[in-house]
Amino acid sequence: MTAIPDTRPKMRGARFLQSRGMRRFFRHKLAVLGLAMITLIAVACIVGPWLLPHDMLDIDIRGRFSPPLTDTYLFGTDEMGRDLAARLFMAGRVSLMVGVAAMVLSTVVGTVIGLLAGHFGGALSTALMRFTDAFLCFPQIFLLLALAAFLEPDAMMITIIIALTSWMEIARIVAAEIRSLRERDFVTAARVSGASHAWIMFRELLPNAAGPIIVAATLTVARAILIEAYVSFLGYGIQPPLPSWGNMLNNAQQYLDSAPWLAIVPGVAITLAVTSFNFIGDGLRDALDARSDMP
Amino acid sequence: MATFLLRRLGHSLLLLVLVSIIGFALLNLAPGGPLSQFALSPGMTQADLDRIAEQMGLNRPLPVQYLDWAGGLFFGDWGASFRDGRSVLSVISGHLFATLLLMAASTIISVGLGTLVGVLGATRRYSLFDQLATVGAMVALSIPTFWFGLVAIYVFALELGWLPAGNMYTIGDQSLGDYAIHLILPSVVLALVNVAIWSRYMRSAMLDVIGQDFVRTARAKGLRSQRVLWRHIIRNALIPMITLAGLQLPTLLSGALVTETVFTWPGMGRLFLDSLNYNDYPVVMGILMFTAILVLLGNLAADILVAAVDPRVRLE
Repeated sequence: MTAIPDTRPKMRGARFLQSRGMRRFFRHKLAVLGLAMITLIAVACIVGPWLLPHDMLDIDIRGRFSPPLTDTYLFGTDEMGRDLAARLFMAGRVSLMVGVAAMVLSTVVGTVIGLLAGHFGGALSTALMRFTDAFLCFPQIFLLLALAAFLEPDAMMITIIIALTSWMEIARIVAAEIRSLRERDFVTAARVSGASHAWIMFRELLPNAAGPIIVAATLTVARAILIEAYVSFLGYGIQPPLPSWGNMLNNAQQYLDSAPWLAIVPGVAITLAVTSFNFIGDGLRDALDARSDMP
Repeated sequence: MATFLLRRLGHSLLLLVLVSIIGFALLNLAPGGPLSQFALSPGMTQADLDRIAEQMGLNRPLPVQYLDWAGGLFFGDWGASFRDGRSVLSVISGHLFATLLLMAASTIISVGLGTLVGVLGATRRYSLFDQLATVGAMVALSIPTFWFGLVAIYVFALELGWLPAGNMYTIGDQSLGDYAIHLILPSVVLALVNVAIWSRYMRSAMLDVIGQDFVRTARAKGLRSQRVLWRHIIRNALIPMITLAGLQLPTLLSGALVTETVFTWPGMGRLFLDSLNYNDYPVVMGILMFTAILVLLGNLAADILVAAVDPRVRLE
């Protein structure tokens, strides 16, 4: 007897790019624009500091407050005569890293809590979801600033704190998704065939909830970059001399009248990066999760 | 309605307990715990610290300390500011009006503008306006509030000189018009994010209602489309917006903190930051708990209001 050929579709390489979800994503013009913008920003932040003639710490006192496009200063210089472009790109590395790392952490925490609540139901679910609700009562910036002030954190701690205050929405999304999947036939089949809780949660339920999680995770990067900018602007986030897009704006308000580019340049960078992730998230939602059209 | 109210109140009460537990855990995270301020003063020995801990009851078991703290919270004893010894509640209430004024003004703007954009977007679905509004909302959600504030100050206060760059009033001139002029920039800046969110949800709620049978019935009866729009669609689409207003309260408060900082607005957010800079932990914790309770009550009020206008919710 010959073996039955495996005709299941494989999602590898070109096939993956041609899959329905990917085609829908690439038809979404804004999502493609977002992807292009964030790639450009990331490449600029990685390569930029090597290409620029100035180091971000070089101080040129006579050339302080040079407006953009003076000499070799692409975006001008700050109050100490440091090259704004070099600082912007280095800051971009920090801000993007913090944003992505905070997203990974909060997605893991939110997904685990949502999985446990959704899969087990009952008292555990009630307890976990009420706990989530209680966390949502605290306005994020207030909670974050209090934590940051109490812990006097470095960049890694800031990332952890941001994650600690932004996992709740993912937990809710995952719990709701799992609850709706739990009663489906394939889960019952796994249960009656004796699969363990861990197997059902991670091998049956989780892959089927991947769409909403990916969408929420993408939007969480956008939020995390914004939140980092807020706390760093207020002086409790990433501490100088390590630059971040938020703390570059920290001093900008004093020089708003004489050197507005100090405020404009980092602000535009934040807005572009966050917009990119929001566009990508929107495209992914259209591609992976057709049901909701909520923002 | 009575069962609904009871259940909802019970839920809020449980949340209040959980919120206070989280708050208490935070309090114990402060460097050196509640003793931090005393540890800072020179000449303080460990024996002194132990004595203070004894006096403040910090050597008791944690659950007992928690009950004591939560009891104080409940009966209005929120401790005293490290800075001037005034009670935390009176310090907060002194800054409450400015924040509420700012939040109210910004809410009026965002609800008005957001509803308008949402209704227009839903009635002219996929039109150029709708698409621009969709993209615009996403960009608006991506602009850092504080940076938008800086740009607004640069343009309208520094370059054009039309509006003041900050503060709530001009010293010596506290007329109503003076307040109003100072209110314009911060409330518009704070409203930006909420206009975006409100308009997206309003559009979506409108589309949900437009597809329902009673709307088709109303049209089939031969009602004028304007009447259907106002009496049937918009009225029903606004119901979920009440819930949204409650849910957006934390975002609004966070935004107010940032806006107050940029515009030197003498509200609760500024007070919070000042207290952080002075290590004034009682006031920091007080404001944190105060905002959380405010959010809790806001959500409770929104839910009760929804149940009052929409009988379907009560029966669930």
